Amino acid sequence: MTTPTYTKPIPMITPENERYWQGCKAHELWLRYCNRCQKPYFYPRDVCPLCGGRDVTWRRMSGRGTIHTFAIAQRAPSPAFRDDVPFIIAIVELEEGPRMMTNIVGVAPDPAAVRVGMPVEVVFEDITETIALPKFKPVA
Amino acid sequence: MAHPLYRGAVIAGVDESDQIGNVPHKTSLQLHAEAAMNALADAGIDKSEVDGIATAGVSTLQIAEYLGIVPRYTDGTSVGGSSFVIHVGHALEAIHDGRASVVLITHGEGHLGGGRRPRGGEDPSNLAAQYEAPFGVLGPPYAYALACMRHMAQYGTTKEQLAQIAVQERQWAAMNPKALMRDPITVEDVLNSRPICYPFNLLDCCLVTDAGGACVVVSPERARDLKKKPVWVLGAGEAHDHAMISQMPDLTRTPAQYSGPAAMGMAGVTHDDIDLCMIYDSFTYTVLVTFESLGFCKPGEGGAFVSNGRLGPGGALPTNTNGGGLSYTHPGMYGMFLIIEAVRQLRGECGARQVPNARIALVNGTGGSLSSTGTLILAAD
Repeated sequence: MTTPTYTKPIPMITPENERYWQGCKAHELWLRYCNRCQKPYFYPRDVCPLCGGRDVTWRRMSGRGTIHTFAIAQRAPSPAFRDDVPFIIAIVELEEGPRMMTNIVGVAPDPAAVRVGMPVEVVFEDITETIALPKFKPVA
Repeated sequence: MAHPLYRGAVIAGVDESDQIGNVPHKTSLQLHAEAAMNALADAGIDKSEVDGIATAGVSTLQIAEYLGIVPRYTDGTSVGGSSFVIHVGHALEAIHDGRASVVLITHGEGHLGGGRRPRGGEDPSNLAAQYEAPFGVLGPPYAYALACMRHMAQYGTTKEQLAQIAVQERQWAAMNPKALMRDPITVEDVLNSRPICYPFNLLDCCLVTDAGGACVVVSPERARDLKKKPVWVLGAGEAHDHAMISQMPDLTRTPAQYSGPAAMGMAGVTHDDIDLCMIYDSFTYTVLVTFESLGFCKPGEGGAFVSNGRLGPGGALPTNTNGGGLSYTHPGMYGMFLIIEAVRQLRGECGARQVPNARIALVNGTGGSLSSTGTLILAAD
């Protein structure tokens, strides 16, 4: 489901993060997991930032979490976002612990409709043939 | 016993570039150079005496070559707008170690090219470009708004309280001939200004200007013969705890929680000893969260702390007396201008906006996405 006219920033797949983006493309949220301290972490990298462990693997997350904080972009961050404003930017805390940047979809970009602590679940937006962005929507 | 670096260096000279604000015809390097020569003149020190150099945004190689300086101490620490404040702490160490006696710290950012941060792109080492920019987090207003919202939700901080910071800084700016924005504003003006990224409106956000600034840090020995009154470095601290805003450990505590106690501990001062504060104000929230992080008030009490005129002219804790990044100037990495104003206040050079009997100033620079801080304690004598 490639959108040839997609002009917003597109992440770059590297050997270090490839599994993460493969997961997203399959509409599954896979994070790095440290076998030493037995915790998942974000963003994908070869060294565990929590304990320094290098014995790290991948683990699928539930996709559920809560809105740790949000903001509503009213002025477009760049011309590519001009048709999107206003839209919700958020940091979501996954129920497994890690936090990640995302957008909240499926709810009005209105401070009265979104709240910190709101339960959300992951949905994926396919933006290129290889990249899908993990976004979140309120749990029904 | 005093810390070994206590009073180990003196700020001998400070100044801006020849013009600040809207300077579309000058490059960043020109702004660096103008500010450097003006600060050396302010100190009464010839360029030939400079044996240490520091800058951020461009390489020290370029600045030293441009000015014809061959340093034996060089510091290219580049951690955002706090860098220049951190450079002073590093200069203090270098001078104490005998590696330099006159350190020139320069800043310059102009729209004509150079000195501006690239915005993401195809660099896989730019993690914000990979994991934040795709969601529209492109630039400081979006990142800082996220942190501010967390504080509002956690503590009930209001947009009206944040607006009071902008209002009080504008009162100072009205008395600073070099400030870009000098007309008085009200809380309502802030709340009704153009929406940028909720919870921020335009007047919650710093200016974007062209400007250069510089300061000269010298050894106590060299400070015996200066054109102007020496300003002593009593203490310095630095810290950072993340790069991307999504990875900030606590959106309501900046690394000032570490750099502040380090600087105040070295200086041997408490909060009650501080006569004025120069707090990086990229956004209104930056000031509020910095006061909490520095321990001027408890976590969550920042909204009340910044209200009731405490920070403005005649207030109990004069803050950002040049008008700050919100009203005076903000070229991108504003930290140098905190130092310039603190030194001018401690010398008694500030005219209408002079804080009476200002003896001890706290400077706190913040860089990145609330990522890095540098704190200085400066004293008039």
